[in-house]
Amino acid sequence: MTLLARHAENLFWIGRLVERAETVARLFEVGSRNALIPNTAGGFRNEWESVLRASGSAGTFKAKYGDDIRERNVESFLFFDSDNPSSVASCIEHARENARIVRTSLTSQTWDALNNANQEMRELKRTERSKLSMSDLIDWTLRTAALIRGTIEDTQLRIDGYDFLNIGTYLERADSTARLLDVKYFVLLPQVDFVGTELDNYQWRTILRALSAHRAFSWAYGGEVTAAKIADFLILNRKAPRSLITCAEEACWHLDRLARAYGQTTEAQTQARLLVANMSEITVDDIFEEGLHEFLSRSIDEIAALAAVISGVYLSGEAR
Amino acid sequence: MLKKPNYFNEMGSGNAIRPPYEGLGAWAAEMPEEFRNTKQSEAEALFRRIGITFAVYGEGGDPDRLIPFDMFPRIFAAQEWRKLERGVKQRAKALNAFLMDVYGRGEIVKAGIIPGRLVYQNEAYEKAVVGIKPPRGVYSHIVGIDLVRTGPDEFFVLEDNCRTPSGVSYMLENREIMMRMFPQLFRENRIAPVESYPAQLRRTLASVAPAKCDGEPTVAILTPGHFNSAYYEHSFLADMMGVALVEGQDLFVKGDFCYMRTTEGPKKVDVIYRRIDDAYIDPLCFRPESMLGVPGLMNVYRSGGVAIASAPGAGVADDKAIYTFVPEMIRFYLGEEPILNNVPTWQCGKKDELKYVLENLGELVVKEVHGSGGYGMLVGPRSTKEQIEVFRLKIEDNPGNYIAQPTLALSTCPTFVEEGIAPRHVDLRPYCLVGENIELVPGGLTRVALTDGSLVVNSSQGGGVKDTWVLAE
Repeated sequence: MTLLARHAENLFWIGRLVERAETVARLFEVGSRNALIPNTAGGFRNEWESVLRASGSAGTFKAKYGDDIRERNVESFLFFDSDNPSSVASCIEHARENARIVRTSLTSQTWDALNNANQEMRELKRTERSKLSMSDLIDWTLRTAALIRGTIEDTQLRIDGYDFLNIGTYLERADSTARLLDVKYFVLLPQVDFVGTELDNYQWRTILRALSAHRAFSWAYGGEVTAAKIADFLILNRKAPRSLITCAEEACWHLDRLARAYGQTTEAQTQARLLVANMSEITVDDIFEEGLHEFLSRSIDEIAALAAVISGVYLSGEAR
Repeated sequence: MLKKPNYFNEMGSGNAIRPPYEGLGAWAAEMPEEFRNTKQSEAEALFRRIGITFAVYGEGGDPDRLIPFDMFPRIFAAQEWRKLERGVKQRAKALNAFLMDVYGRGEIVKAGIIPGRLVYQNEAYEKAVVGIKPPRGVYSHIVGIDLVRTGPDEFFVLEDNCRTPSGVSYMLENREIMMRMFPQLFRENRIAPVESYPAQLRRTLASVAPAKCDGEPTVAILTPGHFNSAYYEHSFLADMMGVALVEGQDLFVKGDFCYMRTTEGPKKVDVIYRRIDDAYIDPLCFRPESMLGVPGLMNVYRSGGVAIASAPGAGVADDKAIYTFVPEMIRFYLGEEPILNNVPTWQCGKKDELKYVLENLGELVVKEVHGSGGYGMLVGPRSTKEQIEVFRLKIEDNPGNYIAQPTLALSTCPTFVEEGIAPRHVDLRPYCLVGENIELVPGGLTRVALTDGSLVVNSSQGGGVKDTWVLAE
């Protein structure tokens, strides 16, 4: 059956929003772990600011709380705040509202998972804050996102709607991995001498942990943590499920499926293949030569550009 | 057990249990309270899970309100239903004949049976569709007839709904939930299935595709959007029929046809089952400020590029002022005697009838001509003197806006209430489909007034719903 362009957009956003909720929880984990060690040289940016900046919501936060960057405020802001469009609560609520609009394209299991997530979130919002532990909230978010993705994977028909759900998921995940890595850039080490020190390593390990990837990293690279190994793992390693190249390849694969189903290859496929090709060719040395932050910023832009092309081609409903 | 001898209890009482309900009495009476409570919350959880809620945005409170579901079914014997079925189909046929006539030659007006003023100056009369002959001559494809019962063989039509009657998703979901919770009841009783409704609806809609459509017609449901209180029903029907659920923004007109924006580009739509009012169909034709409609759609409709169900203008047939004449319509167009009776109705716009109404307010039900949802009405016998006097002023102020009917002794059906099982008043809305054929699934939506003694069954006024059974022969 034909899929309305508007409904494809709803599906695309369900994928994105669920992934975004997860990212916010993961970012929060990075922040809270980094906050556990002393801020050695009293750097002017604290751990929470780096989290807010990486989540792209520092401006919204500042408008509401000013410079009062405390864990409690950040927690409310990132988890529950409905003024923050990227809070876990906003993401879950909007994902569920998108799902309600496209009920006809979802299996009852997928709908259940999204609808229940929303009901549980409403419960959490009503619960007294002191009764909620941060790690429970993080766990709840990761578990909920996994459940929703699991029902999509296990129950959705393999038709175009399934591809749009997944394209949303993988583009958002690519963006999220890039942002999480970039947190490290914002958590400025006090001085350049600290590179390679215990503090530096601790921060890198936290990133891995937040991506649920520290065991996988050890398995793939051996124990020693270096910036180069981590960048390789999270950007260029096809075995890592959240690496940029894996996400790009998955998105590309789903776009190719669409091209086959619709009998037409478009600008979207071309762009996606280009993105994959570029990432297949570069090395970690290239990345550090360009500068990790610069490379990540550029990647974030390229992912956004691909999303815009997909939107123009498939989600506007204009004649092609 | 409460007993109100002046109301017809559909189950009967004491030793005189009416046959359709045999067996149900014991089932309900023997149900342990704890089990009943478990089942009741199970039903609620199911409704909530499938999302069949009556969303009311902008009123505060729970945006996903549930309509209370009563587990005690409302039951019709096969021969009772046969009569209802014939009566409903007859009425749906006459209403459509009336619509074809008043947008055509107006024979019924010329014959002096219905005053032209009531038709042509009616707010619901669409001048924009005069002279249009929709495919198969059908204006109203889904006719919801609201019925009440006052005795074993006495049924009255309360009103007709020719535009977009809602509630059919409840008919289907109530049945699903009952089958899931009480499978043994369905083994012990021979209950006619209703699940073919979506397939029949799709067939009906496809059968009225315009002549310009070649091949399998593409059907779409046009919804005002996900903030509409009936959005669940729209998406449920789209899902069950396997058709697209579109909003105005998804449709556009190009040349002689209407298209929807899909991921593969434009796709032609042949039949639109619209769940929006006439006024919002096409801003170029009706309300220029409407964001809901599709500019140019009426032109495409007029030139036979798309079919719209119900056809614009269908509302003139279900107006409360026209209602009075439906028995005459049946005689005029079909040459038959009406099988279902109208409720006697007084038009407050007529002087002598107004006098009668004002003198007997304490015994009558007074309604606004264009009102719906149980708002703005007076139930004389259940109102205080003060309320009646306040209403009297309203009527005197604008008599033409009101009609009055005797307070009907609505039948009751056993219902689970806090104290156990008690009779509560019910009505019935069957959904008749009119296309190539006229079809009626054996069932409908039974609404129940959950408050003791209340005669108002509307969900906005604390009404609930029941599964409606028609027993197979």
